[in-house]
Amino acid sequence: MFKRLDDTGATVSLKVDGKPIRARAGDTVAGAMLAAGVEHFRTTPVTESPRAPYCLMGVCFDCLVAIDGVGSRQACLIEVREGMAVETQLGKREAGR
Amino acid sequence: MAGDEFDVAVVGGGLVGAATSWGLAREGLRVALLDEGDRDVRASRGNFALVWVQSKGLGLAAYAGWTIRSSNAWGGFSDLLKQETGLDVCFQRPGGFHLALSEKELEARASILKRLHAQPGIVDYKTEVLDHSQVARMLPDIGPDVVGASYCSLDGHVNSLRLFRTLHTAINARGVTYLPSHRVETITREGGEFRLHTAKGEVRAAKVALAAGNANMRLAPMVGLEAPMRPERGQIVVTERLRPFLDYPVVTLRQTDEGTVMIGDSKEESTDPSGLTIGVSSTEAERAVRQFPLLANVNVVRTWSAIRVMTQDGFPIYDESESHPGAFVLCCHSGVTLCANHALTVAPMIARGALDKALVAPFSARRFHVQAAG
Repeated sequence: MFKRLDDTGATVSLKVDGKPIRARAGDTVAGAMLAAGVEHFRTTPVTESPRAPYCLMGVCFDCLVAIDGVGSRQACLIEVREGMAVETQLGKREAGR
Repeated sequence: MAGDEFDVAVVGGGLVGAATSWGLAREGLRVALLDEGDRDVRASRGNFALVWVQSKGLGLAAYAGWTIRSSNAWGGFSDLLKQETGLDVCFQRPGGFHLALSEKELEARASILKRLHAQPGIVDYKTEVLDHSQVARMLPDIGPDVVGASYCSLDGHVNSLRLFRTLHTAINARGVTYLPSHRVETITREGGEFRLHTAKGEVRAAKVALAAGNANMRLAPMVGLEAPMRPERGQIVVTERLRPFLDYPVVTLRQTDEGTVMIGDSKEESTDPSGLTIGVSSTEAERAVRQFPLLANVNVVRTWSAIRVMTQDGFPIYDESESHPGAFVLCCHSGVTLCANHALTVAPMIARGALDKALVAPFSARRFHVQAAG
């Protein structure tokens, strides 16, 4: 759906649900996932309907994902790091992770 | 609504007033329910939603029996509401815990329970004191700081916001006339009927039932009654929705049917519902993490403070006026726990025109006179 207008700069590799994707240094996790074609970041806790980033500025909390084992992180506010492991979050978060 | 006449006017649209109105409508009465507006103090929207039995009644044994009566009636009450509205208030009664984080807390707990159950005339029910390993069998996620707990199989909880909505749906379906933004300024009795004066006009009714929470203190003397209150502020911390990990409510912490965890049992002598004392919230959160360490990294999505409806001795007040026949007052802290009693027991008494002394005489405000004289 999305195409990078400027695809220059250092490359960062991370995994989303175990699948490697390539991002650019300085990308947010949300930006990198959208650029890689990830359409659904999570499903809601009660009705489990699919969600994707809406505001991309830290307000709507629709981009929540698990990053390196910690759930409910805002993908739009966190920069990609080499080797990062991102998981889409299905339904309610599990306490303790 | 000026000029309309009702069999009974209920003052206060919170859980007590709504439950009472529903019960009165079931008895066939024409009911007006006068409420304030959404910007006013709404104790019924800030509560913790426990249907709680353990440790209630120390100092007034009859309160334990009255509480258990409601707790026992709650299942049938929620079924009735579901039949009428299609809404499920998610009443669950798995039993509940009061966790202790030190030997001293556990001893204090055991001492309270011993004194409670040693009172003359106390209803017979069981609250067990359990050690860490016994608690861990039922609550596997407790932390090492939990020394033990008391457990009572009669304790439970509901979704209280849904209860509020369900009651209002039910009274609407039963034809109760709900009058929001009708703050009652004065009540007079003329020609054998009560006239409730509001900025939006006068409401006339043959009977009046005061269920206005802490505001009963202001209203009750207008009809020859009294309601000595001592409002108290409580704060609640709410987490994001989590997969179910907690099968039993804890007096300070419970997981709702939709996954959020509510934390809080604070008490402050304050009547300001608008602020938060951050130190209180952080203490609540810190104790919650010691009780259940898996909550350490969970996100908090809301905190709020709310004013508890509290009588001066913490026990309910149910009274009928001698000087103004047909006027009743209902005050209690536990509007959720006692909801079934108000709907199924107290409302029919008001409909008949007289409180049943055998059930509610111990809750007359006359008890305060004895204390004042002593």
